[in-house]
This record gives sequence, structure tokens and C-alpha cells, in this order.
Amino acid sequence: MKALAARRHHRFAPVVLLLLALLVTGGVYAALAPSPAQADTASTADIETGKKLFQANCATCHGPNAEGTTQAPSLVGVGAAAVDFQVSTGRMPMQMNGPQAEAKPPQMDEEQTAALAAYVASLGAGPAIPTDEQIDGSQGDAANGMALFRTNCAMCHNAVGAGGALSEGKFAPSLFETSERNIYQAMLTGPQSMPVFNDANITPDEKRDIIAFLDEQREGSAGGLALGSLGPVSEGLWAWIVGLGLIIGAAVWIGAKSS
Amino acid sequence: MSENQNPQPSGDVTPHGGDGTLAQVDRFDDPGVPEHKHRLADTDPKAAKRNERLIALIFVISCIGTIGSLVAYFAVRPDGTTAGVRTSTMLLGVAMAVSLLGIGIAAVHWAKTLMSSKEYTEERHSSSSSDEVRSAVATQFQDGYKDSGLARRPVLLGSVGLALALFPLSIAVPLVSSVGGDWNVGKFRHTIWKKGVRLAYDPSGRLIKASDLTVGSVAHVIPDVSEEERESHEWITEKAKAVVLLVRLDPRDLKRDHREGASYDGIVAYSKICTHVGCPVALYEQQTHHLLCPCHQSTFDIADGSKVVFGPAKRPLPQLPITVDDEGYLVAEDDFNEPVGPSYWERLK
Repeated sequence: MKALAARRHHRFAPVVLLLLALLVTGGVYAALAPSPAQADTASTADIETGKKLFQANCATCHGPNAEGTTQAPSLVGVGAAAVDFQVSTGRMPMQMNGPQAEAKPPQMDEEQTAALAAYVASLGAGPAIPTDEQIDGSQGDAANGMALFRTNCAMCHNAVGAGGALSEGKFAPSLFETSERNIYQAMLTGPQSMPVFNDANITPDEKRDIIAFLDEQREGSAGGLALGSLGPVSEGLWAWIVGLGLIIGAAVWIGAKSS
Repeated sequence: MSENQNPQPSGDVTPHGGDGTLAQVDRFDDPGVPEHKHRLADTDPKAAKRNERLIALIFVISCIGTIGSLVAYFAVRPDGTTAGVRTSTMLLGVAMAVSLLGIGIAAVHWAKTLMSSKEYTEERHSSSSSDEVRSAVATQFQDGYKDSGLARRPVLLGSVGLALALFPLSIAVPLVSSVGGDWNVGKFRHTIWKKGVRLAYDPSGRLIKASDLTVGSVAHVIPDVSEEERESHEWITEKAKAVVLLVRLDPRDLKRDHREGASYDGIVAYSKICTHVGCPVALYEQQTHHLLCPCHQSTFDIADGSKVVFGPAKRPLPQLPITVDDEGYLVAEDDFNEPVGPSYWERLK
């Protein structure tokens, strides 16, 4: 310590101190900095498998390095969440052109989906696949979820998530069958016509509230048959055709003479 | 009953022309009531007995329905879950339907099969009173008129007329004046947006940083006001005019603003109230940049100054000019420069 104290006025002392400070700052930052969002299990092998799958199944439209072509957007930076959503719901790989890519039985199994997601996530940072806790509706507040859903989602997806029409053959799908993970991913990534609702707009807690609200809608309506929750169209059809039919039938029966 | 193949002309037909044959089709004889047909139950006592038993059976089914509804009420209490409420309501409803329909169907069947089915004819009678009553009433009125002396006392006639004519005003004036409530149409021209008001998420009220919005994001926006103001009664009226849809586009996609320089780095803020009849326009399609109104399918192109590309809306949505303050939050630069929502007579004055 004496030697250190003696040299503290040395003319190189500030330089040494500055270097030390930089080293410490850099070290602490490296230890604490948030790691870029990526699938947890992304190993180099996964990424390699994913790349091969990508080149076999997706590269025709999205380009050999996922840089996008005139037919399909670039996938650099879309993140694992977008890939998992599109592939696990069967929307991608797309089978044919249409107003929008529709959900169908998935073409890739879970491992292949994870490998593809890992590959695309390795191309550029993007939203990661949500954790089980983030999508657990039982931990959410359904009442707050309803307020958020009403403001942000109900105009396209219907007040209870039964889906609805958009322009030119596009539509917002029903959410009754959609998995919690896919609902979360759709909000996060904004697939196709749907806008993006990132974590600043609807926080992860609020997303879980929305999932809680949608979970409750799956139990149906307390009032009996919901008739698809489509409002006046299906209800009117029942009232006018079935209801009025019964009333007319009763009137005819009452008025007819007994034999 | 008469079975006339050729209807006979009745006596009071005015003959038409020389030979009178054309006039013969004008009137028909009353064909009378069709012959009474007996029902099976009228002639066959067995059939009558069968119907009696059937009616009694339906009444018994109704009794079972009533008992069933009581059983459902006590045995299947709603347990608070949606499915529980649904089951309880459904059972109660079905049991009550059986009960009431049973009574109705049995009663109608009783009347149709067992009660008399003989046809009766009731002739219409004249609706006017007899001549004596009519002349007595007329005399009473004339006596009353003479007694009141209206013809001799014009002042009384005028004053009673005035009183009767004025009275309806006490009902009509409050009624008419409360129609529409508030005639100040000037307030349609302004919203609570003004220079420096920050943009906040609806419904949480969190402030919005420009950097938080990724390309393709949509945010439903209300003006940033205090918590107390948002609890107040006036807030819902103000919010109804001030709601805004915030969209971030790739700046390369943004062809033009509806209001010069109103966007900020690809972020545009448009009024959410449709210019057709005022529905909230909020179905935004990210890929086409089209904003669709759910009521009448008016479609606005957000990338092209919210131009109307389809539907009955007449003009683009008003644009809110926005910028970023020194803390990075989005703020309004001004109020809308035109009234939001549908047209009204005074709009262009």
C-alpha cells in the first residue's frame, strides 16, 4: 500500500485509473446487459437444422437468406415469436395465394418449428417466444383484459373474440380455438393484416389480462345458446325463421278445424 | 246452402243498356253457411273418450313441467360459473315451457275436439242510436248553449278561447326546448386537444414515447388528462370527440399527410370518428394501410392522407398534428383544424 500511495501522484496515474474504470464498466455491462431476445434453446445445431428447413420450405418466397423478395417480406428481425406463430398455426408455409394466409394443419412438427424459429431469430433480434408464465390466463385480470380487448381488439375480432370480416376477402379469425401462446405472439408481432401491439403499447401483464378475458369467453354465454356470438345476423335468422315459423304454425293449428 | 252455378241477379240491380244482360254479374245471393260436418268425436263416443284422455294427459304433462321447474329451482342452483348459470336457466326455462305449453295445447285441443263445433251466425246491428235519443241529446246541447249565453257575451267567448289555447304551451314549451338539450353547435368545432397536450394510451392513460411505437403499431389514444378529470361526468363527452388512432408506418410508405406536416417520422394520428355518421373507425389493416369503418365499410387510406377509397364517407378523417417533446413523448401541436365526425348544417359556416 505504501508503494501505491507513493505513486499516486505519478503522471500516468490518471491514465491507469481511467483504463481500470473502463474495464470495470465494460465488465459490469457485459454481465448485466439484457441478452438479445432469442429462443431459449437456440443452439448452433438448431440454427443449422433451421437453416436447412428454411432453404427447403421457405426460401422460394422469402429468399435464400430470408432477405425477402417481391412476393414476401424480409424475415430479418421478425423474431422467433413471429415464426412460431406462423408455422405452428399452419399459416406458413403458405400453400396458395389468397386474400390472406389461413390457418391449416401445421406442416412442421414442434422440433422443426423450434429450429426454424431459432434460425430466423439468429438473423436479427426480434420478439422471443413468450414464457409459460406470460401466457397463463389464470394469473391475469379478466376485467382489465376486457377493457383492453374492447379498445384494441374487439372492432375486428368481435366483442367476445368470435372473429369478423375485413375488406376484400380478408377476415379477423375467431379466437376461440387459438392457443394462448399464439394469441400472445399475434399481439406481439402483428401477423398479416393485424397491427403490432408491442410491449410498450400493451404490456406483458396486460397481454396476460387479455388472455384471461378470452379464456373466460370460451365457456360460452350464461344466457344459453350464443349462436356464434355474431349478433343480429344469426339472432335475426333464428327469430324470423324459427321463431316466426313456430308462431305461424301454432296459428294455423289453432285455426284449422278438427277432423 | 245454395249451389248456384249461375248467380241470380237480385232485385235492385240497375239494368245496363238495352237488353240488361251485362248487369247480371253485379251482385250475388248470400251463399249461406257451409253444411255442418260432424267430427269423429261427435259421432264416435270412443273417439271422444280418447280425446278426453289425451287432453287430460297433456294437462298432466303440464303438471309434471311445473313440478320439474320447482325441482330444477331447488336442485340445480347456479354455482357462480358460466356453465352453472346456463344449466340452471336452461332447466328452469324448459320446465316452464313444458308447463305453460301443456296448458295451452290441452285447452286448444279441448276446444277443437270436444266443445261444440256448430257454426253460429250473428248479424251486425246498426251502430247509431235511436232517433229519440239522438234528438234528446241535440236538445240538451242547444239548451246548454242558450243557457251559457255565449252568443250574447263575446268577452266570455274570447277569454275561454284564449285560456284553452294557451294551456298547451305549459307542456309544449318545456318539451320542445329540451329536445336536443344543447343548441350550442360551436362546441363541435373544438376538442380538448391543444398545443402541448400529451398523447396517452386508452384505457390505461400511460404516456406514449415515439420510440415505443414500432412500424406497424397501432395505438388507441386519448388526451393525457388528470385522473380526476377522467373520472368526471364531462370526460365521456370530451373523449367521444377527442379519440385518436395512432399508426406508425414505414416513412417510405407514407405518401402524404392530410394536414401539411402533421405526422412525425411516419407516425400519423387521425380522428377515430368516422366522417360518415360517426362510428369509431378502427379496423386497421397493417399491410394495405387501410382503415375500415365497421358500420358502413367506409375505407380510408392512412398512407395517403386518409383519403376515402371506399364507402359512403365524404371526406378524409381529420388529422391531429403531432410532434415529440424534449422528453421523447408524443404531444399534440394543435387541435384538429376541422370539426371531427359527421357533417352538420353549420359545419362550413
